[in-house]
Amino acid sequence: MATSSDPAAVGPAEAVTPEVTPGGDPWARRSFLAPLRRVPNSVFAWALILPAMVILLGFSVVPMITTVWASLQEPGIGDSIGPANYERMINDPVFRQSLRNNLVFSLVTVPVSLAIAMLMAVLVDREIRARGFLRMALFTPAMLPVIAAAAIFLAFYQPNFGLINVIAQSIGVPRQNWLGDPSTVLPSLMVVMIWKEAGFFMLFYLAGLQTISPELNEASTLEGTGRWTHFRRVTFPLLMPTTLFTSIVGVANSFKQVDFIFVMTQGGPNNASNLLLYNIYLQAFPNRNPDYAAAMTVVLVSILVALAVIQIRMFDRRIHYR
Amino acid sequence: MTAQHTESDRSTTGELFVSSARARRIMRAERFANATELIGVWLLALLWIAPLAYVFWAAFRRTDVALTFQPFTGWTFDNIITVWGMAPFGRFYYNTILLVVGLSAGQIILGCLAAYAFTRYRFPLHNLMFTLVLLQLMIFPEVLLGENFRLVASLGLADTLRGIGLPYLASAFFIFLLRQTFKSVPVELVEAAEVEGAGRLEILWKVYVPIARPTIIAFGLVSISFHWNNFLWPLVITQSVEARPITVGIYRFLSPEIGINFTALTAGTVITVLPLLALFLVAQRAFIQNFLRAGIK
Repeated sequence: MATSSDPAAVGPAEAVTPEVTPGGDPWARRSFLAPLRRVPNSVFAWALILPAMVILLGFSVVPMITTVWASLQEPGIGDSIGPANYERMINDPVFRQSLRNNLVFSLVTVPVSLAIAMLMAVLVDREIRARGFLRMALFTPAMLPVIAAAAIFLAFYQPNFGLINVIAQSIGVPRQNWLGDPSTVLPSLMVVMIWKEAGFFMLFYLAGLQTISPELNEASTLEGTGRWTHFRRVTFPLLMPTTLFTSIVGVANSFKQVDFIFVMTQGGPNNASNLLLYNIYLQAFPNRNPDYAAAMTVVLVSILVALAVIQIRMFDRRIHYR
Repeated sequence: MTAQHTESDRSTTGELFVSSARARRIMRAERFANATELIGVWLLALLWIAPLAYVFWAAFRRTDVALTFQPFTGWTFDNIITVWGMAPFGRFYYNTILLVVGLSAGQIILGCLAAYAFTRYRFPLHNLMFTLVLLQLMIFPEVLLGENFRLVASLGLADTLRGIGLPYLASAFFIFLLRQTFKSVPVELVEAAEVEGAGRLEILWKVYVPIARPTIIAFGLVSISFHWNNFLWPLVITQSVEARPITVGIYRFLSPEIGINFTALTAGTVITVLPLLALFLVAQRAFIQNFLRAGIK
């Protein structure tokens, strides 16, 4: 500031003292961005969000609208509109099963991985030896490609040489064809999902724990509050905002993460491991039935949006602990 | 004399607060809880890392000894070499790295601009636009698989790297996260920069971005791992080997149907995860620190 208000420091062409210039701004003259300064804030702000909004709207809102449009196309030639795809969907046992599977899958994997993640975070938040290693060990599976994780567990679940059967046998449990049996295939996939997700959510909980003030821990220690009580009455409620965030991400993931089905089961046996998005993929691409797939996509999107709204409402009531 | 003095001191404090017997009981319970937690966390950590450790073990074992425990014989690089020769992995790596670097750079730049506008300015349709951003937290491009395929194909980008990347070029997650961080920037700093004559973009670059660095770094690494690992969308939008990233390229080798053996399966897994794993082992400390500092507010 001092130099620019000094006339001697300004070049001969700019002999006017900046302070006297209307809207005096010593940088504006020199910068090639000078014309930009005259743009009003609202236009400027729109220019900033425009590139991101074009992408976000272009690849979600626009396709959402065209998805609804496609789902309403009646099969056959011509472009008549009707609910044929939805009628077909309601009567399609494969669709119903994939939806049911997905609901069970989400209802189990999300709470379990969140609970494990919270436990992990509380355990590795304290000053313990090898904390860095422990955090890394818990977090690494989250960084792996899902299809690689699927390949690992595919090997473990193999009926003959698979590690899980080897262990099962050594403790007296009979061998099983984990991925070949309709009653065990979905739980087997859930294990992979929980293993994969827990470490990622642990990081969010660790971040959440850093925002809890240490005085609260000290107060509990002084009063001789037990650890479980401290966790239930202090830590858990204060982590609620984190839980809201992770549960939304977790539910979304449980509906859109189907990569491991490609490697492990292809939806089988007998559609016992067919999830909604995998079913949509099958209908849209290998079966070349994009309009029918669009109708199922409408259902998937509605579920995702409805769940997000419900979760935000539900947690809103509880977060007032803060 | 001094010893006696401290002795009496201790007994007084004991009477004042808790009886010494009770204090000892609490201490013992505390120690027991500590030990249980320590054992628990180690068991959990070993359980979580074991599958990966096992894969790295098996990938470097001769097929005939892969399932036995003989740590001094049977080591080999043959599995890796064989699988590497089965497909153009160099090309897959090149595609993936280009995709991942381009996408995280694009997401960070577009995200910084958008988050800055949402934080600092009120503009027409502000709330509607932000609601639309929140909507994207749930609706990812791969959820709208069929229509996005049609859209990208109609832009002439099917079967190209740009076609894989374009739908993800802006991240709603990042805009949301960064806006939370930007909100914590002290207004005094912004005013000081304005007094010094800094322009609007300059304030973003010199005030907001440095403060948000932990968030940006943490997101950058999450984004790298997400797009390194992404599978379904690249599978749908690519047909040729030239455009495929590593996950889609390796996919054929990960299914047992083609009669591939166990060690080759693990070798393929190692090839897929190794660069990413190396990056995270190197950046691990910085990543976790940045992530914890970034937090979510």
